[in-house]
Amino acid sequence: MLKLPIYLDHNATTPMDPRVLETMIPYFTENFGNAASRNHSFGWHAEEAVDYAREQIAQLIGADPKEIIFTSGATEGDNLGIKGVYEMYASKGNHIITCTTEHKAVLDTCKHLEKLGAEVTYLEVQPDGLIDLKALEAAMRPTTILVAIMYANNEIGVVQPVKEISAIAKKHGALFFTDAVQAVGKIPVDVNADGIDLMAFTAHKMYGPKGVGALYVRRKNPRVKVTAQVDGGGHERGMRSGTLNVPGIVGFGKACELARLEMASDTERISKLRDKLENALKVIDESYVNGNPAHRLPHVSNISFKYVEGEGLMMGFNQDIALSSGSACTSASLEPSYVLKALGLGDDLAHSSLRFGLGRYTTEEQIDFTIKAVTDTVLKLREMSPLWEMFKEGIDIDSIQWAHH
Amino acid sequence: MAYSDKVIDHYSNPKNVGTLDKASNTVGTGLVGAPECGDVMRLQIQVDDATGIITDAKFKTFGCGSAIASSSLATEWLKGKSVDEAVKIDNMDLVEELNLPPVKIHCSVLAEDAIKAAINDYRSKNGLEQLVFEERIH
Repeated sequence: MLKLPIYLDHNATTPMDPRVLETMIPYFTENFGNAASRNHSFGWHAEEAVDYAREQIAQLIGADPKEIIFTSGATEGDNLGIKGVYEMYASKGNHIITCTTEHKAVLDTCKHLEKLGAEVTYLEVQPDGLIDLKALEAAMRPTTILVAIMYANNEIGVVQPVKEISAIAKKHGALFFTDAVQAVGKIPVDVNADGIDLMAFTAHKMYGPKGVGALYVRRKNPRVKVTAQVDGGGHERGMRSGTLNVPGIVGFGKACELARLEMASDTERISKLRDKLENALKVIDESYVNGNPAHRLPHVSNISFKYVEGEGLMMGFNQDIALSSGSACTSASLEPSYVLKALGLGDDLAHSSLRFGLGRYTTEEQIDFTIKAVTDTVLKLREMSPLWEMFKEGIDIDSIQWAHH
Repeated sequence: MAYSDKVIDHYSNPKNVGTLDKASNTVGTGLVGAPECGDVMRLQIQVDDATGIITDAKFKTFGCGSAIASSSLATEWLKGKSVDEAVKIDNMDLVEELNLPPVKIHCSVLAEDAIKAAINDYRSKNGLEQLVFEERIH
């Protein structure tokens, strides 16, 4: 029996794996100690659990456990990584390079630093969502201290050429930071092979709990330091004060271990379902897949259905299927997704997009249901769409003088 | 955000979806909104020349559920009204009837604009002067 509603918004968050929850429970009750309590067994137990989780997390990304700094999540990791480098390396320069399709946690952090005197270059992306390496090379300056480019994009799932980006940063003596929230636990990420100096990621996007994340900070070749953004007891090698979220960290560790052991089989199964969904929806006239299909996360598909509006489209099935749209009719701004616009998509295509994010518990039955529901709704709404009628009559919609409001 | 039952009902069973002959002198067509804003509404009225009564109304809308519901309801209200009465339809009446939240008020404004544009189109085809409406920002 198909159980509704179906969850296809795994880029927003993932359900927690029951095996993760199981490992966390004792750390709420009997093992409640503060990992910083050095003089009794409650503290020792907590510290031991944190150390073990640190190893599980480090192993997933090919790091040393000492390079893992626990945070409250990836937004904090982005803030600490970028602001921390800006402050720590102020004597070296003030220039940061990032790109226009970054998450707001990166973009708004950069904007904040601009007010404090930073110079920031926002690289445009190509129509397939990837940055242009030549443009990156050309943007490097003697004062460039940091290149901050995401590993994989949250809206369209494209995976940036991280190795090439880090090589360019290194060649010019800059550090490389990556927001890898969508990538870690989904595709192989290795901080050494990829040349990553700092990396933010989070537990709740990989079947772990919300409220816990990590910032990877390289200790060797080069030894990287960040200025703390939260001052206090000097936890996490002085880079992030605050009592550790022990149950969350234990769960994060378990989630990383499961991801490491099951990534290959999960990916094989999920990518087949994603391809089935995408191929079926591509059959619909005037539907377009957004983002480079060859360099993309295995569980994401972002598709625009021209001449129907995304929110109206979702309303046709949002009792049964949870996913998200690049349209923003609900927000006061009415601006569609800035990521899709950065690809050079017209506003009409950006407003017509749906993001499908599959996950560990997605079934073929759910995908079959989704294909039918989405197809039926697109066809129904097109019958109601004046733009579809004009398109069918051969009227060039771009030639019409629209009254903007 | 949850939709009201009335919005869901108009979305699921829209009234008067369709197209009237826009070349006809007894048909007024209003096309408002813009694809970039995520809303385009086309509303048409069929007017009985002798009585000035709107005998039929049709719409097609590209937009969210509230935009579809606003235009569907507007066509329902237009039918049977005289053109002079139709001018008086206010967007806040649509808001009230459909229980639209503040972020969706622009959908009702668009429907009101579409009605007025359709009426002016009808008037210009029949040699009547254009009605001037207060500019509104939305």
